[in-house]
Amino acid sequence: MATEILMPALSPTMEEGTLAKWLVKEGDEVSSGDILAEIETDKATMEFEAVDEGTIGKILIDAGTEAVKVNTPIAVLLEEGESADDIDTASKAPASDEGSNGGDGGGATLEDTDTAKPMSTQPAAAVPEPETPEDPEIPEGTEMKTQTVREALRDAMAEEMRGDDAVFVMGEEVAEYEGAYKVTQGLLDEFGSKRVIDTPITEHGFAGLATGAAMGKLRPVVEFMTFNFAMQAIDQIINTAAKTRYMSGGQMNVPVVFRGPNGAAARVAAQHSQDYAAWYAQIPGLHVAMPYSAADAKGLLKTAIRGDTPVVFLENELLYGQSFEVPDMDDYTVPFGKARIWQKGDDVTIVSFGIGMKYALEAAEVLAGEGISAEVIDLRTLRPMDTKTVIESVKKTNRCVTVEEGWPTPSIGSWISSVLMQQAFDYLDAPVINCTGKDVPMPYAANLEKLALVTTDEVVEAAKTVTYK
Amino acid sequence: MATAKSAKKSNTSKEELLEYYREMLLIRRFEEKAGQLYGMGLIGGFCHLYIGQEAVVVGLEAAAEDGDKRVTSYRDHGHMLACGMDPKGVMAELTGREGGYSKGKGGSMHMFSTEKDFYGGHGIVGAQVPIGAGLAFADKYLGNDRVTFTYFGDGAANQGQVAETYNMAELWDLPVVFVIENNQYAMGTAVKRSTKSKSLWERGAAYGIEGEEVDGMDVLAVKAAGEKAIKHCRAGKGPYILEMKTYRYRGHSMSDPAKYRTREEVQKMRDEKDPIEHVRDLLLQGKHATEDDLKAVDKEIKGIVNEAADFARESPEPSVDELWTHIYA
Repeated sequence: MATEILMPALSPTMEEGTLAKWLVKEGDEVSSGDILAEIETDKATMEFEAVDEGTIGKILIDAGTEAVKVNTPIAVLLEEGESADDIDTASKAPASDEGSNGGDGGGATLEDTDTAKPMSTQPAAAVPEPETPEDPEIPEGTEMKTQTVREALRDAMAEEMRGDDAVFVMGEEVAEYEGAYKVTQGLLDEFGSKRVIDTPITEHGFAGLATGAAMGKLRPVVEFMTFNFAMQAIDQIINTAAKTRYMSGGQMNVPVVFRGPNGAAARVAAQHSQDYAAWYAQIPGLHVAMPYSAADAKGLLKTAIRGDTPVVFLENELLYGQSFEVPDMDDYTVPFGKARIWQKGDDVTIVSFGIGMKYALEAAEVLAGEGISAEVIDLRTLRPMDTKTVIESVKKTNRCVTVEEGWPTPSIGSWISSVLMQQAFDYLDAPVINCTGKDVPMPYAANLEKLALVTTDEVVEAAKTVTYK
Repeated sequence: MATAKSAKKSNTSKEELLEYYREMLLIRRFEEKAGQLYGMGLIGGFCHLYIGQEAVVVGLEAAAEDGDKRVTSYRDHGHMLACGMDPKGVMAELTGREGGYSKGKGGSMHMFSTEKDFYGGHGIVGAQVPIGAGLAFADKYLGNDRVTFTYFGDGAANQGQVAETYNMAELWDLPVVFVIENNQYAMGTAVKRSTKSKSLWERGAAYGIEGEEVDGMDVLAVKAAGEKAIKHCRAGKGPYILEMKTYRYRGHSMSDPAKYRTREEVQKMRDEKDPIEHVRDLLLQGKHATEDDLKAVDKEIKGIVNEAADFARESPEPSVDELWTHIYA
């Protein structure tokens, strides 16, 4: 059966090209790999090779023809035993300016291109509505113990390591040094060097290695000494960990947790002081947690380690030593995608997460003294984000202030403002105000550093502004 | 410590030779068909063909055992076919259809098969290298006696994470074979324009990793080197590096006019070093097969590839609901 040779697409964007030169003539025998013609695309002159063997029966488009549409038949190839007489109506050459889907028949070969074009007319699938999970019940009479965030994180890892041999911890100084910030204290003693692994200073490498180990059925917990250093590794976090499940059509999960301190510490200047919340919260395929309290740090980290989705777990150096009440339970977990209402209020909703909660709660106390009742919401996880709880609160208070340490453009606060504008517009009595870190690299000087950070006073002022007081 | 050339070749039976011929031919014909479908607009985006390099994956797969793993870059079609993935599923992924290995959501550069221990298919140059070491880490951790083949090119060899991975792999004695597919061009940059290193495998010595250079156009040399590397890894001696000297006949991707080398250079490799012709000669000269036998193989392969192409065109596009699936576990 004679085969039509079609004008090829030689780049992802090519729609037509110039048939610059034929390197074969009618009657020539060709085999796979022989160069048939030179074709000029918008970018380059390309050589076009034969993919089948046979004899060039007829050349349909002359050399020098411009604007030949992709998929136009340009020649006919005859198989062994065929002659030029076999070229039938199947190879009528459409003019170069006719439709690109030439070829009307031809049987076993690939002339008809009916399925070549994507069906772009299909309606888009609706965005699935996420379910809001419920906090686990804490049984009546459960005792609370006072713990630092540091201890709570350590306990979360230790409990999960006891429960599942596939869980291991790796990072710089996590084993013998017991953590640069002592978060992994005691883990090497209990679990040994097979499961608590000191790495060389090689963030890109060990983030990738852990991601591979997660594909190999382990559950790595990777500690970055700080998230500033995760910048070295961000390709593996985003391009590999976050996307592999999707790109594999659901065949493969990557159950890895990347954790460590994030945000400003004290007097360490621009390269060691920044909040990555808004960066990671943008990435589909990742879960992102940024707890404030010890109980949430523990419960969320246990959920993170147990889950099959890669997690970026943003801690804070200044919170590590803060103490909170933690339920003294065997297995205390906190779900992702459920905000915590720290205090109820009527006049203004203050939304924050991580160390921003410190300013939010301090501001709420000041406001209470001035007769303004603030409802304070801790998002706890940024992806998934429980915007429902925020919307419900704003429907009651009609006002919202967001608080975070990160930069303003764009921020978690700007996203919440957008959600409120779209879903609670009629309930808003004032524009939402985003209290954020200032739009500058973190300065070293003590006075300037103070000015660069978000402050409790700014949150108080914002709350007064939106309540017109 | 390091040996320069793999001198010894495996004892190879007629059946094995025929099998290598068949598998290399399958890759070549598959890739030619992919090029054709690309030309017709049925395959979009980037498409990196493996033509010329077939002996590397076929030789190493011949040395591998069940449960051994492999991970590579975006020039991955050959690796998938060589480890036994279904040509229909691979081709349908290239056309972005429901019947593809990733349901059409990954494309040419991002495919996986947990069943065949194929861990991608990675689009970022060099990113698969620590991932391969991580897979080997998991096997060692779990006490599995398995080896991971981590393939990358001469271009990736210059990435920082490759050096980072060498260091960790040797430090922790990970059972990983680093396979450098040195096809001599990183896109349009010849090796000598990107490094003054005389060879790429010798860089392993800086980390204490043994390795060697292999004629990557000779499937028997590749298999012998692969067996040696696997033995090293399974004995708990840590990683091993194989630098495969190979050559790609086509451009870096479909849209590369390959003006950085002469047509004569490519033709010379095709004429003198072609891996498939090499085995074909061995079969015919050794009287292991007749021209007719090989013609029958050619016909069988053509049938498989045409069937794959038909499947890849007929398989429907993924349902619109697939837009929102497989994001979170």
